[in-house]
Amino acid sequence: MILFIAIPIGSAFVQSLFIQHDQVLVLSKNCGPFGCRETTSVDIEATKELRQDSPLGKFNGIGTYLNRAHLAFAEVGNAWAVSRTFSGFLNEVLDLPFYGALMFTLTYTAVVTPLVLLLGLAIAIGVNGLPNIIKGPSIFVSLLPFLVTPLVGSLILFWMVDGDGIIGATIQLIFNDPDLSLKASTGLTWTMLIVYGIWHTLPFSFIVFYAGLQTVPVDTLEAAEIDGATKWQRTVYVVVPHLVPLITFVTLMLLMDNFRVFEPIVSFSAEAHARSLSWIIFNDLRESGNPLYGSAGATSILTIIGVIFLLTPVLIRNWRDFKLRRL
Amino acid sequence: MTRTARTPIKFFSVLSFSLVALWLLIAAFPFLWTFWGSFKVQSDFFSKADWMYALWGTNTARETGNAFTGSGYYGAWIIEGFWKNFLNSGIVVFFTVIISLTFGTLGGYALARSGFRYAFWILMATLVFRAMPHITLVSGYLLPFFEWNIWGYLPTTIIVLVAMNQPFTIWMLHSFFLNVPKDMDESAMIDGCTRFEAFRYVIVPVMWPGVITTGLFSFLLAYNDFTVTVMLLSEENETIIPAINSFLGTTQVEGKVMYAVAAVVSVTAPILVLILFFQRQIVSGLTAGAVKG
Repeated sequence: MILFIAIPIGSAFVQSLFIQHDQVLVLSKNCGPFGCRETTSVDIEATKELRQDSPLGKFNGIGTYLNRAHLAFAEVGNAWAVSRTFSGFLNEVLDLPFYGALMFTLTYTAVVTPLVLLLGLAIAIGVNGLPNIIKGPSIFVSLLPFLVTPLVGSLILFWMVDGDGIIGATIQLIFNDPDLSLKASTGLTWTMLIVYGIWHTLPFSFIVFYAGLQTVPVDTLEAAEIDGATKWQRTVYVVVPHLVPLITFVTLMLLMDNFRVFEPIVSFSAEAHARSLSWIIFNDLRESGNPLYGSAGATSILTIIGVIFLLTPVLIRNWRDFKLRRL
Repeated sequence: MTRTARTPIKFFSVLSFSLVALWLLIAAFPFLWTFWGSFKVQSDFFSKADWMYALWGTNTARETGNAFTGSGYYGAWIIEGFWKNFLNSGIVVFFTVIISLTFGTLGGYALARSGFRYAFWILMATLVFRAMPHITLVSGYLLPFFEWNIWGYLPTTIIVLVAMNQPFTIWMLHSFFLNVPKDMDESAMIDGCTRFEAFRYVIVPVMWPGVITTGLFSFLLAYNDFTVTVMLLSEENETIIPAINSFLGTTQVEGKVMYAVAAVVSVTAPILVLILFFQRQIVSGLTAGAVKG
């Protein structure tokens, strides 16, 4: 098990240190009746041989991490020097592929997570108040968007928001603009992806909160009711505090899931406006004929570092709990 | 006085009910719409002129003589050979579930019964695996697989999927076995069973609820996977999800979007059936780690 986690990470790291071979160039002298000329040509045989001998490519150290497609310190420094306003600097930086993707991934995570938490809690409380006969079917319906394949789920929505699809056409009608397309502008694409994200992950928080609601002690609720608390007050002061551990759990899960957002970008074909870190890696590996393993590896490692940053607070807390239990 | 006290209660319930109703509509409508639309022709499903066309199938009736047509399904399953992808998916899913359950049951049982506190480390591995974008792992696998010439085959993919799934299955089954009283297998061993016999005759009969729940989630992981299958399988070995993706590349041009729509509906159907039969287990699995902690 550890083998299967550690080896690919190690392998990605090793790959990230190398870049593709340059093509082998041959300098040949071409002598004709009008004097000699030097021409350079690509020695395809030798290039192939070299690629076969050491498939990793040549050693590049941390060069790949620093180049324009990744951390791009040189470009960032340059942008800092050139641009006068802060927003100008920001614009320059976000044009770099890595920072653009990081920005989208973080925005997506930061917007989707709290919204899903809030709405999930609200719907769970709502469903909990429903008569028993409707509860089962409504949970059934709610599970659908979560369990269906992300790629498929986002395709279904994609067809609906298409300019000719039902939602897209309706929006065009409302705004009276027949050329309005959700795919055309960056802002709208981001909104579309975020709406999809909420639709897709809401069931998870809903289900967990719903299960948590079943364990809320009835006595406390009754006591609060006798003391004259309204339903709203009971929800805020009794139910929500009871659910706090669950909220932490769901937040953690959502953070992790949202951070690796990938499939919706593929099926919304949104890559022109929104790229996530996962998508960049995917794109590098897909580079037809000559996958950029080095570049993909470097982004992978950077993403893993990002994940670790995201998880550190939780890991530290878990470790402390674990130590405490041991004592 | 009573009126003012009652009004917010009423308001609150109405608000929460309408929120639930709205959510159910949002959750279900896309599926119903796409299912209904999959039996129409493209000019109905994407009918700019009047969205009612998609409901009544005006153009469908004009083109095929009937308001419902199976041409999308015919195109996807027969012409584009979607059944082959479905078969591949079946193989991948079946073996992934079987293998990860076998290892998961044995490993989970062993960990639950050994005194040492592995729990923390398995939990950590599970967490890390959930957090890691799968594509980062796949990028590590890819080059070695090319070098060893095992890229593109189903067994390779199955191994990778099992590996990604394993921490989760072990974690779930481990916490499940912790709930099975130790006395049961101990008394069996006092009666003269070996450790393995105790497992076989005492634990196996009672473990099915946990195994089914874990199996469901392994199934979903393998069935829904896009990242691993799209990177690791060659075109003739594609499973359903990457197949749909490659449909899209070709169909937009040829105007055969309906093939993809039909394929999408076909892919969703098994999941629907699954939820229908196993709703309780899925809910309990989703909340297993949460409610107890």
